[in-house]
Amino acid sequence: MTRPVFGRGLRPLAITTALATAAAGALVFFYAPIEADQGFSQKIFYIHVPMAIVALLGFVAAGVMGIRHLRSRDRSWDLRSYVAIHLSIILGVGVLVTGSIWAKASWGHWWRWEEPVLVSFLIVFLLYCVYFPLRFSIEDPDRQARYSSVFAITAGAFVPLNFVAVRLAEQVLHPRVFSQTGGDLPGEMFLTLLVSLVAMALLFVTLWKLELSAKHAAQQLKRLRARLELQAERRAEERVSVGSPS
Amino acid sequence: MPDPVSGAGAYVAAAYIVFVTLVVVYVAIIGSKVARIERELDALARLVEEREP
Amino acid sequence: MTRAAAAILCKDLRIELRTRESVPAMALFALTVYILLHFGLDRDTLDGDLASGVLWVTLLLATVLAVNRLFANEREDGALDGLLLAPVDRTAVYLAKAAALFLYLVLLELVAVPAFALLLLAPGLGGALPELLAVLLVADLGLAAIGALVAALAAETRVRELVVPLFLLPLLVPVIIAGASATEPLLAAPQEADGLGGWLAFLALYDTVFVLVSLAVFDFLLDD
Repeated sequence: MTRPVFGRGLRPLAITTALATAAAGALVFFYAPIEADQGFSQKIFYIHVPMAIVALLGFVAAGVMGIRHLRSRDRSWDLRSYVAIHLSIILGVGVLVTGSIWAKASWGHWWRWEEPVLVSFLIVFLLYCVYFPLRFSIEDPDRQARYSSVFAITAGAFVPLNFVAVRLAEQVLHPRVFSQTGGDLPGEMFLTLLVSLVAMALLFVTLWKLELSAKHAAQQLKRLRARLELQAERRAEERVSVGSPS
Repeated sequence: MPDPVSGAGAYVAAAYIVFVTLVVVYVAIIGSKVARIERELDALARLVEEREP
Repeated sequence: MTRAAAAILCKDLRIELRTRESVPAMALFALTVYILLHFGLDRDTLDGDLASGVLWVTLLLATVLAVNRLFANEREDGALDGLLLAPVDRTAVYLAKAAALFLYLVLLELVAVPAFALLLLAPGLGGALPELLAVLLVADLGLAAIGALVAALAAETRVRELVVPLFLLPLLVPVIIAGASATEPLLAAPQEADGLGGWLAFLALYDTVFVLVSLAVFDFLLDD
């Protein structure tokens, strides 16, 4: 079995993330123009949308990792999948909270059914919350990994379909006059959004590697301890059998 | 000239604070996990030293 | 493999015929929900979007009941091990269970839809019946495909009864979106078939994706 090392390249990655985040922050507050309709509160857009996109991509990527796990029977892929889902859920909380704040700031209500990103996120979030009780209710590690991968694949296939469905539904319910997320964005806003998106994606990968490294180290440690204790037991048995009169 | 801290600015600040808090809490949790690994490793090293006279 | 699937399906149907555990429960559940909603919504009749919503939500909740019971026979009698020891492709089990679920849903709808029309529907089903049937059948395919997969995923876990509704219902949100949107103009007065083709196409896409995913993935479940 190959022994993966998850923490490789973490430092340059983290540095790049820090630079990208700083650049994004600078663009958001000093470069992007103030939007006519919503004013200053439109700036939330630059943190809410990248979080949403990265989280959704994270869920889909976790599904792909699930496929790789099932095909290769290499459990490290299941671990990668698990951490990706874990991170995407945390980002998901952020998406819902910042989306809610944005809704309140721009339109005065804490929730907007018209925003397909927000609505489809709520559904996806509720779905993936089931991942953890399912995963931890299975004791056998091999079975746990397999069932988790099946979940990740099914849910990962669901994410884009769900988004399309919610989008279609909202179009029928609330015909969109102008688009919040995408559509015609002036050049400066688009650039700012892009840089923010890249920064958020880098942050995701950095944190993902960090958690993978920590989890993997903990696993290895547990196995090492078990082996050492087994060795100690065997040595103790040998000493007893040697010492007893034959 | 509208005060940027009250009104719209407060909401924007809140959103970014939420984001930063999530990241910091996450890093803190990983940090405590790493600290536990370090302690375990230390205990394990002592275990090995005891057994190698 | 289709012979094995057919054999499993016949066994399940025979058991269901004898014990009558799933379909009558689903039908009674649907009727109960109609009564609850009559009082809850404080309405004698519904039409349009409200009617559509009540019909579909009830259908989805009844599906949860069926999914919970889908592997019950195997679980309770320990027959799952017997099934797995037989030289049968896991996929045959999936096809059989999905087909059984599809049949249960169709049987349910044979009772629940007329009951709905009698009890709660204002304009009456009338001429929109073929379109309604089309939407129901296409949706049932998706419900059956996903329901069988979720049933297997949750079958052996301790938290099965929690996992099934919480996992199944979000997955079925696109079905309710498409189904309810397609049905709404059919149940309105005056009746029209507005945008039906688009929603049917979406349901067909959804069904295809999840049948393919389930077929690909099912071999890795029930693997003990």
